[in-house]
Amino acid sequence: MNIVVCIKQVPNTNEIKINPETGTLIRDGVPSIMNPDDKGGLEMALRLKDQYGANVTVITMGPPQADAILREAFAMGADRAILLTDRKFAGADTLATSYALAGAIKTLDYDLIIAGRQAIDGDTAQVAPEMAEHLGLPQVSYTVDLKYNNGLCLVKKETEEGYQMLEVPTPCVLTVLAIANQPRYMSVKGIMEAFDKEVEIWTADKIDVDPNRLGLKGSPTRVKKSFTKPQKSPGQVYEVDAEEAVGIIISKLKEKFII
Amino acid sequence: MDFGFSKREELFLQMIREFAENEVKPLAAEVDEQERFPMETVEKMAKIGIMGIPVPVEYGGQGGTNQMYSMAVEELSRVCATTGVIVSAHTSLCINPILEYGTEEQKMKYVPKLAAGEWIGAFGLTEPNAGTDAAMQQTTAVLDGDEWVLNGTKIFITNAGYAHVYVVMAMTNKEMGTRGISAFIVEKGTPGFSIGKKEKKMGIRGSATCELIFENCRIPKENLLGEQGKGFKIAMNTLNGGRIGIAAQALGIAQGALDETVKYTKERKQFGRAISAFQNTQFQLANLDAKIQAARLLVREASYNKDMHKPYAVEAARCKLFAAETAMEVTTKAVQFHGGYGYTREYPVERMMRDAKITEIYEGTSEVQRMVIAGNLFK
Ligand SMILES: Cc1cc2nc3c(=O)[nH]c(=O)nc-3n(C[C@H](O)[C@H](O)[C@H](O)COP(=O)(O)OP(=O)(O)OC[C@H]3O[C@@H](n4cnc5c(N)ncnc54)[C@H](O)[C@@H]3O)c2cc1C
Ligand SMILES: Cc1cc2nc3c(=O)[nH]c(=O)nc-3n(C[C@H](O)[C@H](O)[C@H](O)COP(=O)(O)OP(=O)(O)OC[C@H]3O[C@@H](n4cnc5c(N)ncnc54)[C@H](O)[C@@H]3O)c2cc1C
Repeated sequence: MNIVVCIKQVPNTNEIKINPETGTLIRDGVPSIMNPDDKGGLEMALRLKDQYGANVTVITMGPPQADAILREAFAMGADRAILLTDRKFAGADTLATSYALAGAIKTLDYDLIIAGRQAIDGDTAQVAPEMAEHLGLPQVSYTVDLKYNNGLCLVKKETEEGYQMLEVPTPCVLTVLAIANQPRYMSVKGIMEAFDKEVEIWTADKIDVDPNRLGLKGSPTRVKKSFTKPQKSPGQVYEVDAEEAVGIIISKLKEKFII
Repeated sequence: MDFGFSKREELFLQMIREFAENEVKPLAAEVDEQERFPMETVEKMAKIGIMGIPVPVEYGGQGGTNQMYSMAVEELSRVCATTGVIVSAHTSLCINPILEYGTEEQKMKYVPKLAAGEWIGAFGLTEPNAGTDAAMQQTTAVLDGDEWVLNGTKIFITNAGYAHVYVVMAMTNKEMGTRGISAFIVEKGTPGFSIGKKEKKMGIRGSATCELIFENCRIPKENLLGEQGKGFKIAMNTLNGGRIGIAAQALGIAQGALDETVKYTKERKQFGRAISAFQNTQFQLANLDAKIQAARLLVREASYNKDMHKPYAVEAARCKLFAAETAMEVTTKAVQFHGGYGYTREYPVERMMRDAKITEIYEGTSEVQRMVIAGNLFK
C-alpha cells in the first residue's frame, strides 16, 4: 500500500500574534513544529505500515526550512519525503496550495492520502478537502480512527453530535484529528538515519500543474483586513437552580436588547 | 568543535525533551518519594533507543554519538536525576567496557540485548574497604578448571538487582597489586551470586543501590573481560568515560533547578512585586546561568574528544568536577530562592538539592577529579 501524508510546518503556538500595521503573522522567534493534526495523520499512516506494510511518503509545500519536519517524519518512520518549494508557490491561498499539492500527488502512486484536519496557523481546514476535489477522490474529514481491510477504509469520523462510521474505498483522502492517537517518539536510530536520506526537492515544473494557477496568481482570496480579536470580558457565574437561571438569562437578554 | 548543535542534534534534543517532559517528569516526585525503580520508563526508553545511544549499529545500538548520549543524560536528569543515572551507569559503565575490551563473542552475546534495553547493565568496583582507593580489592577470582570462582562483596552498586549483566572487578593475583586485578562479566542468576542490602539514600532514591555478594560464584572462563591483570586499567578507563555521563547528570540537575527558580521567582510576590524584580535575584541567577553554560561546554568538549577518539581523561575530570559543584551550588540557591516552600516536597528543588550531592561523590569524588587534573598539571 502507498500512503501519502501531507504535513505542514507551523509556528509553535496557538496564539499567533499579528503585526497590526502590516496585518501579517509575526513568525520571528517562534519555533516551528509539525502541525499537530498532521502528526496524528502521520502516526495513523505509520500504524498501517506497522500492521500491513506500506510505503509512507510525506509531502510538504513550504520554504526550504520546512526540511526540518520532513527529517522528523523520517525519524518517526516515513520512507520518502518531498519538499515542494519554489518562488512560484509563494503567496498561495488554500486553493493554490491544494492545487499544487494535488499536482504533486498526481505524479505519485497512492492508495491513501492522509492530511491533518487543519493547520494551527491558517486554521481554515480547507486544503485537504480542496485537494480531494482536484484529484476527484472521495474524502472523509475529522477522522479519529481508521481500520483498513483490503482496499476499504472503515473510518470513524467525529461530528458535533457524536461519531459516524463510514466505509470508503481507496484511493481516498482522509483528514485526521490530533486526538486520534498518541504519535510515537522519533527513535534515536531514526534520527541518525534521517539525515542520510534524501529529501526530494520538487519545483513547480516537476509537477503536473498549470503555472497560472499557482502562488499569488492562482489565489482568488484577498485579505481585506486582519486584526487581533479583542479580549472578551470574563462571564459571570450564577450558582442557582434552573428556574431562577431562566429568569436571569431572560432579564440579561432584555437588558442588552437581544430579545 | 562546534559550540552550537548540528541539525541532527537539534532534532535529537527535540525528541529527548519531549520524552523527558511527557514520560519522565510526571513520575519524578513519586519515584523519589517511594524509592521506586522506574521500570516502565526503562521500557519506554528501550523502545526508542535511549538505552543504546552511542552503540554501533552492528552491535544492535543506535549508531549515535557520545555527544548525543550526554545530551540525553542531561535532559533526563533535568527532570529526574534517577532516570539519568540509570541510563548513565548502564551505558558508560557496562556497555562501554564490554564494547571496548570484550572479545567478538562477548560483544555479540551481551551488547545487542543491553543496547536494546532488554537487559540492564551495572558495574561493580567499590567495596567496603576499596572506595577512593579502589586498588584495595578484596573480592577474589580463582581459576578452577574451566571456571573462575568469585568470592567477596561489592557495595553501592547502581542498577543492582534490576541489571542482568554486571562488569565486576576482582583480585586474581594479590602479589601483583593493581596489576593483579581482572575484570569479569557476571550474569544475574548465576549460582553463588546474590544481591544484598539495598541502601536508603539521600537522593536519586529511585535508582537501586545495593550490595553484590559472591559466594563461590562460578562463571565460565570465557567471562574474563580483557586480559587477566588488566582489570584496574579497564576500571579506570571506564570511569573516565562514566564521568562524562555523571557530569551531564549534574548539568541537567542544575539546569532543571534554574528553570524552576526562574519560573517561581516570576510568580512569587513579596513587598508588592515579583521576587524576580529584585536585583539580588537577577544577579545571582545570572551567575548561575553563566556557570551552567560553562559546565555544558566542558561536557561538550569531553564528549567531543571521546567521539573523535582523542584523549579525554582530563577533560572528563574537569567537566565532572565543575558540573557537580555547579549542581550543588545551583540547587542550594534554588531552594533559597524558593524560601520555605523550597524546603518542602511541594516543589521539585528540594529533591534536586538532594539529588545533586551524589554527583560530587560517585565515579570519583571531587577530590579525585582534582587529583586527575593536578596530575596532568604537574606531570
Ligand atoms: C491571500 C493569502 C495569501 C497567503 N500568502 C501566504 C504566504 O505568502 N506565505 C505563507 O506562508 N502563507 C500564505 N498564506 C497562507 C496559506 O494559504 C495557508 O497557510 C495554506 O493554504 C494552508 O491553509 P491552512 O493553513 O488553513 O491549512 P488547512 O487547510 O487548515 O490545513 C489542512 C491540512 O492540509 C495540509 N496542508 C495544508 N497546507 C499544507 C502545505 N503547505 N503542505 C502540505 N500540506 C499542507 C495539512 O495536512 C493540513 O493539516 C496565504 C493565505 C491567503 C489567504
Ligand atoms: C548512590 C551511589 C551509587 C554508586 N554506584 C556505584 C557503582 O555503580 N559502582 C561502583 O563500583 N561504585 C559505586 N558507588 C561507589 C562510589 O563510587 C564511592 O562511594 C566513591 O568512589 C567514594 O568511595 P567511598 O564511599 O569509599 O569514600 P572514601 O574513599 O572513604 O572517601 C571519603 C572521603 O575521603 C576523601 N578522600 C579519600 N581519599 C583521599 C585522598 N587520597 N586525598 C584526598 N581526599 C581523599 C574522599 O574524596 C571523600 O571525600 C556508588 C556510591 C553511591 C553512594
